[in-house]
Order: sequence, then structure tokens, then C-alpha cells
Amino acid sequence: MASSHEHKLNFKKSKEVCLNYIQDAMLQKQWKRAAEFLTFYIESLEKDFSTAYMGPSEMIWRIGTEILCHHSHSSMKQFNSFIEQMKTVGVKRYLKVCLEHAFHLLCNGLIDEAYQNLSLAESWRFGEQTAIQDKEMKLIQAYRGLLDYYSWSKQKDILLEHGQNGFEDLSVEQEMHSCFRKAAMNLKEIIKIPGVWDLFVKCYVDLLEFYGDHNEACQVLNEYAYNSKFPANPNAHVYLYQFLKRHGESKKSLISALKILHDIVPSHELMIDFNTMLQKSKKRKKRQLGLEVIFAALDYAGWKENVKAWSCLARQVKQIVISEKHLDWIKQEWNSRKDWWPAFHFSRYLAKRNWQENESLSYEKALVAGILLGKDCKYFKYVSHQGCKAQVKRFRILKKFVNKHSPVYLRISGLSDSSVQP
Amino acid sequence: ASVSDADFNERCVQCSEVNWGLTDGGRFYCRSCHNVTERTREVVNTDFISNTRVQTISKVLRKQEKTDGGCEWYVCEGFQLVLKKQAEALEALGVCPQMKDEILCNFWRCYLQKSKQAYCNRPAGETVKALSVCDSSTDADSELERPSLLHMLSVSESEGDLQTDCSFASSTSKVSESTSLCSGSVDGSLYLMKNQKEKLRMTMPMTLSFCYMALLWLREPMTLSDLLRFVVEGHIPYLNVFQHFPEKMKLCGLDLKIFCVESWPVYEEVYNKMLELAAFLDLPRFPDITDSCFLHPDMLCIKYLMEANLPDELHNWTCRVVKKICIGEVDFLTLVPGNKSTRKVKYDVLAAAVIVVTTFCVLHISFTSSQPKMCMFYSGGPYFEFKKWYKVIKCSLDVEQKKLDEERAKYLWRCEKPLFYSAKKKSKVLKRRRMVVNLQNQFGKLSGSVQPAEKPNPSSFQLSWYEENTDGSCFHGHSLKGILQEKCGLLTAMNPDYWLCTVKLCTEKLCGHLAHYREVDFPQSYHFVLRLFSFLLRIQPSYIHDEVCVIEHKLFNKKLCKKPKYKTTLRK
Repeated sequence: MASSHEHKLNFKKSKEVCLNYIQDAMLQKQWKRAAEFLTFYIESLEKDFSTAYMGPSEMIWRIGTEILCHHSHSSMKQFNSFIEQMKTVGVKRYLKVCLEHAFHLLCNGLIDEAYQNLSLAESWRFGEQTAIQDKEMKLIQAYRGLLDYYSWSKQKDILLEHGQNGFEDLSVEQEMHSCFRKAAMNLKEIIKIPGVWDLFVKCYVDLLEFYGDHNEACQVLNEYAYNSKFPANPNAHVYLYQFLKRHGESKKSLISALKILHDIVPSHELMIDFNTMLQKSKKRKKRQLGLEVIFAALDYAGWKENVKAWSCLARQVKQIVISEKHLDWIKQEWNSRKDWWPAFHFSRYLAKRNWQENESLSYEKALVAGILLGKDCKYFKYVSHQGCKAQVKRFRILKKFVNKHSPVYLRISGLSDSSVQP
Repeated sequence: ASVSDADFNERCVQCSEVNWGLTDGGRFYCRSCHNVTERTREVVNTDFISNTRVQTISKVLRKQEKTDGGCEWYVCEGFQLVLKKQAEALEALGVCPQMKDEILCNFWRCYLQKSKQAYCNRPAGETVKALSVCDSSTDADSELERPSLLHMLSVSESEGDLQTDCSFASSTSKVSESTSLCSGSVDGSLYLMKNQKEKLRMTMPMTLSFCYMALLWLREPMTLSDLLRFVVEGHIPYLNVFQHFPEKMKLCGLDLKIFCVESWPVYEEVYNKMLELAAFLDLPRFPDITDSCFLHPDMLCIKYLMEANLPDELHNWTCRVVKKICIGEVDFLTLVPGNKSTRKVKYDVLAAAVIVVTTFCVLHISFTSSQPKMCMFYSGGPYFEFKKWYKVIKCSLDVEQKKLDEERAKYLWRCEKPLFYSAKKKSKVLKRRRMVVNLQNQFGKLSGSVQPAEKPNPSSFQLSWYEENTDGSCFHGHSLKGILQEKCGLLTAMNPDYWLCTVKLCTEKLCGHLAHYREVDFPQSYHFVLRLFSFLLRIQPSYIHDEVCVIEHKLFNKKLCKKPKYKTTLRK
């Protein structure tokens, strides 16, 4: 049928086109222009019966929020009034809008208002929608719990302060306990649902610890870290580790807490602690793991200039070389790295730079380089030469050490055909 | 003129009969004894029509007041009102008053008669009792008689856009099969229900067909593309015209589907309907379109050449083309309704196509065609250079197109008068409307100091070029000497190359087109000129291309039948 499609303009098409203009303006941060076009888009609300994934009312809510957030002339009052209108428009989205409203208030430091909003939302009931929007409701309760925690925390500080000054404040104490109860109830609920609830878990554990319920706290953290239904979350293991450490748990449990963290995030900053603990272990396997851990951490660019990490590696390597046991561990680790670590860590350029910027760093690295790459490698040669020239004592010792153990390099690099020492 | 019995029940003082009629002056007179009283009838329907001679409904009882202050009205009365408003607007634009007072009126009356809605013994609406109006509830017994709401919506052939309004009702109240049909008008549901193809049911786009038909009859200097452009620009009531209905005429329910427009009228649709209408009304041959008429290709070419900023000299050539293919003949141009053998003429498209053909086929103008080496300013004036022209026009066209695109994005379709499907929905609709207005105000303030878009003044010309401008942007006075050469005493194009649009025309019946336009097949220059006229006429470039092909075919028909010589180079 001959019909002029481009020139055929209908309501739907013209609103689509309008939307394009809004989006263009927003992408270019032209908020006035976006607001202008939004004005013309708004009448879509009167025809909001689409079954499209995102209908006009949701568009207007999201776009309007964005514009009001960024526009120079918009005020919090305007924003609130806008959001209240948005709440009435789509009942299926009511709780979501409430939640995001609360976030916005929090971002603007209006904590009390946010709390009021959340409380109000919590009491909302709307037939079968209440059941359908169950997830959002849980979130609302969780965030309210979080704000209760925040109040509790404030009360606690006041109490402690008064305590120091010799006051006793019953009302504050009661208030504090009531906040605790409210918070604990809601936080406990949300962390049952598989998900990432870092902040909630931390706060909940904090509450439990304060009131002395260590068992519960430990259980919560274990659940959070080890329940397979929950998504893999490095922080869960960190929290557990920190908790165990706080409570003076055994090295064994600390090590087991960090093991999965190493698997998930080999470059985590706790790897240093991990390596330190493992190095000291009596078990051979643990010591080997320690070596693995520290090598893996140094694979990452962020660790290149970390003196502590290098000193851990240097220490362990030195210890292995001196004992002449377990060179195969080093060989194993070095095998997959010998092709790229030299350029990555031990270039002549880095030797110069490290020496100039951080003598300790260059020292540790030189030791490792000397063992892994031999005394003739660029890095070791340069640094040790510089160090000796500068008459720094430890470099002289280093030079002697590496020279003494130079055959080790051959064995590690696989150049000699003699079998490895057990 | 007849009068309904309920209006005046008193007995005649002379003969004691109750048998009243109305004089032309609006006074009651006794039909039995011809006694004229002083009583004048409050003519209910002068609100609706301009001409008291015309009464659309003859016999159905009328109740003046209802519970909601509304009254009974028929769909055709609504359309009559629309036409009246449109005619007034056209008059304001300069169309002669004869159009409103005579021509359009008569066409309308004729239509009502032919479609048996009035002026006949049994108006179609008579057998239909007033179906439930907005605020009445359904009767249990009559539920079965009424076809389902949803069924009716699907049967109706008008645009599906309003479907959504009706689904407003369905989404919020879960319409079941037995929901009452609802319309403010008496016969709204009847209107949508039957397949009224034979009777040519009235629609909003058809009002424009009426207008155009009247304009054509009077040979007014307004083309269909002009008319439609004025509609879109808001100078002629179309969108939300029901706002002007009197208070008493309540619109709701299915009336919305009839009177609410949610898309702009399409050229083809309005044009074809006009032809259908002319045939339906059994109109005779329209007044002749002679060479002094505005709609004649020679005249329209002048206008378009001016608007397109092309040299006046081109006009000589367009006239020659027109003459050669005989499209300037009276018999070709004049509309004879019902005659299916002759191809109907779209005057605006035709003129545009003639210009295109002249530019490309005849004069072989292109980006490379006119490149005189020497200074062009001898023998009084610059030579026309396509490249320069292209630059100037492209600049303006891009600006105007951008403006137009933004305007389209900013159309406001809704108006103050709220539309609701039923009284139950009224409060919801009003609430929504309030919110919309609130939000518009709120964000309007954040728009900065943007003035509300004012309606541009109606103008026949969208682009203007002035010779007085010293920037050399006006090409009217340019000479074509740069592209022509004299050979054997005749002027021909210097550039020997020309592509042929199409060797053979398609059959319209098969695919609706005579040719198929694909940008990639043609040079940029052609595409650009099509784009220019597409903008001016607000139609797809392919329409113009179709017409170009037809003209080309007429021009080169003989040559095409022969074997192609080296002169006519075929590109494809």
C-alpha cells in the first residue's frame, strides 16, 4: 500500500521521536533542553496502556528524576513533589519508586526523611500487589533496618560519651536497645535471601558482637561465605577472616578462611597476611601454598611496587635456597612465569627506576631476580652494582649471597639436567 | 420544514388542531388552517449548523435536556460542525466565501442524501433506538442484543490508534463481553458497526477530502499538499476539533473513535477518498482547469521554481515539456468523477515532477554539467551553477528540516477538553489530566526561557529568496547559458549523459506503484532534488519519483520502443 511512512505521523511515532530528543539532550547533559522535550512527552501518560517493557509512566519517572537531579535550578522540594506524583501513577511500581526516593534522600543527607518514607512504604498494602512486590518490600524493610542500625550507632556513641563523662542516660539506653531490636530483626531477614548484602551483614555482625552473641555472628558470617546459594563474594571471606582474627581464633581457621579468597581474588591485599601465616606453618603443604600465594599476587600490576609483598617472596625464596629443600616448588612457580616476569618486573628500566625511587624495593627484587634469573641478569647486576657503589651494606651481603647460590638458578631454570633435589 | 410534535403542543386558536409546521422565518404555523402564530421555535439545531435551511434530522424525537445537560445528537451533525469550522478557517485563509456558503454545503447535503442519513424518507438512524448513553447502566434483557464492545472495535476500519483509549477501559476495568456500548451520540455504535463501505462512511480524514473537493471545484489556488500542510500547522481545525462542539453535545465512548484523530492525514488517503466521494455523489465534470488556473502545471511550476530558487529561465523549458506530453490539456487536467480510465491528476506532484524531469532529463543538469571556464558575468548576469545552487539550498533545507523534525517531536495531541470512555472513567481521566498539566508546568519552568511554540503564520511559500539580497543566494535571475549550447540553431543540453529512471513502468494494480525508488540507483543530485520537493510537498520522495517516471515514459516512449542509439545512454 502506498503510504508515506516517513511523513505519516501519529501519536505513538511522534512520542517516540520526542523521546529520542530527550535522550540525546540527556546524553549531552543539556538539562534545559531535556526538560523542554519532556514537557511535550508527558501527555503520553494519558495514553499509558502499552504493554511495552517500559511504558510512558516509567519513562517519565526515570527521565524526570535524572533531569531533576542534574538541573541547576531544581530543588529538593520540587523533587519530592515530583516523586509523590510518580508514586500515584503506577501502582505496580509503587514500592520501587519509594525505595529509590529513599535512596535519593539519603544521598542528599536527609536521613530522617528517608526513614519516614521507608516506614510509610512499609505500611503500604494494595491487594495482590503487596504479594507481587514482595522483593521490594523486603528491601524497604532491610534499608529501614539499616537506618535503625545507624540510629543505634549514634545512640551508642552518645552513651559511651556520657559514660566517659560519668553520666548515665536511661532514655538513650532504652532508645538504643529499641533501635537494636528493630535493626536486628530486619537485617537478619534480608541476609537470609541469597545475594550480596555486604553492608547489612557488617552492620548485623556489629550489633551481635556488641551484645555478645558471638555464636550467632560467626554463624551468620559462615553462612554468608560458604552457602553455595549465595554468589561468590570475596568480601564475605574478608569479613569472616576479620571476625575470626578479632576473636583470636586459631591460625588454622584463619588460614582456611583466606583460602577461598585466594582462589577468588589472588590479588587481594590480605594475601600478604595469608602468605605470612602460611610461611610460618609447620605443614609442608601450607608452606608451598604460601609460595604459590605470593607469586600469584605479584602477577598483578598493582603489586609491582609493593615492598612488603616482595619482601615476603624474597624471604621465602631465600629460606628455600638456604635449606636447599623444595627448590622444585620454586621451579614449578617459575615455570609459567619465566617468559614474562623478566620483562614485567626485572627490566633494566625498572632496575633504574626502582633503585632511584625505592631502595628497599630494589633490594628485595634484586634478591628474587638474582635467584630466579641468575647473577648475570640485568636487574640484579644493575642494582647490586649501584648498591655496592653506594656502599650500602646489605647490598654487599646480597651480592655475596647470590654469587654463592648461583648454581640454584641453573637448576631452577631447567638448564642443568641434574635431577631436582627433593 | 417539519417540526416534532413534542415541541409545541398547544391547540391552534383558529381550528383547534395540533398540527404545526415551521415557516422559513422560524414561526409556528398551523398546517390545517395556515394560521401563523407569533411563537417562534427555539431551534435546537442552529447551534450546530450555520444554515437554518438545513435540518439534518427529520423525525426522531428530541429531548432537550438530559440529566447531564446534554442532548441527543447524531454523528453526522458532529461532522457537519467539523466541516463548518474547517470552511470558516479556509475562508480566513483567503478562500472565497462561496466555498463555505454554497459549495461545501451542497456537497454535504448531497452526501447526506446519498448515504441516507438525512433528506430522505427513512434516515438510517431511525430504526436504531438511542443506545445507552454514558451514564446509564445496562439492562439485563438487552445485553444479548448488543454486540460486544471488543468485537465492534475490531470491525471498525478506522485507525487502530484509539484502540488504546478503549483498552484503557479494558485494562482498568476488565471489560467483559457484556459491557454496554457507550457513546454520547445517538448512532455512534451504529456508525462503527455495520460495514458501510457502500455508503461511504464519514471519517475525519474524509472531511479534508470534502474540503479539497470544494477547493478543486472552485479552482482555488490551494493544492492538496498546501491544504494538508495548513492542517498540520494548525490553521485548519482537525486535531481536537471536537473542542468546538457545543457543551450540550457530549462526547464519550465510541464517539472518540470517530472524532478523535491520532495521526496526521495522509496525502494518498485524502486524495483517493476525494475521488471516491466525487463518484459517490455522482458529480458531473468539474470546472475546467485551463492554463490560467493556479493548478495548471505551467502556473504551479512558476510557484515551485520560485520556491526552489531555480532560474526563471527554466520555466520556458517546463512549459515545453508540458506541451510536448500534452499534460496541459484541459481534458487531461479536469476531474471527471467516476471515469476510471483516465489517470487522476495530482497537480502538485505533477508540477514538481515536471520540474525534476526538465532539470535532469531535458537539460541534463548535474553536479558536473555546468562548469564554464570563463567568468560568467557577461551579457547581464551570472550563469546557473548546480553546485552553487545545491550548497545554498542544502543549507536552508537542512535548517528547515531540522525545525520540522523538532516540531514533530513537540506536537501536543491532547487538548483541554478531556475525553473519557464512560462516566465511570471520568474522574480517573480528569485526575490524570490534572497531573499531566502539573508535570508540564513543573518541567516547563525548568526549560529555561523557552517561548511556547507559536503557530507559524500561514504562508503559501515555505522558502523565499530575494533578488535584492547581496549575498548571491537568489538564483532566479541566473541564466541557463552555462548548460545549453547551440547546435544547428537549436538549444540543447551540453551534457550528453543522462540516466533513464526506468525502462518499463510497473503495473499500479500489482504493487501500488508505477516505479520503485531506491536511492542507491540514482545520483546524488537527483536524490537531493527529490528530497527538496518531498519537503515542500510533505510527501515521500517515491511519490514524486513515480510521477517522474510516468512523464519520462511519455517523453521518451517513442525512443524506448526503438533500439537505443548511442545518444540515449541507459545507465542501469
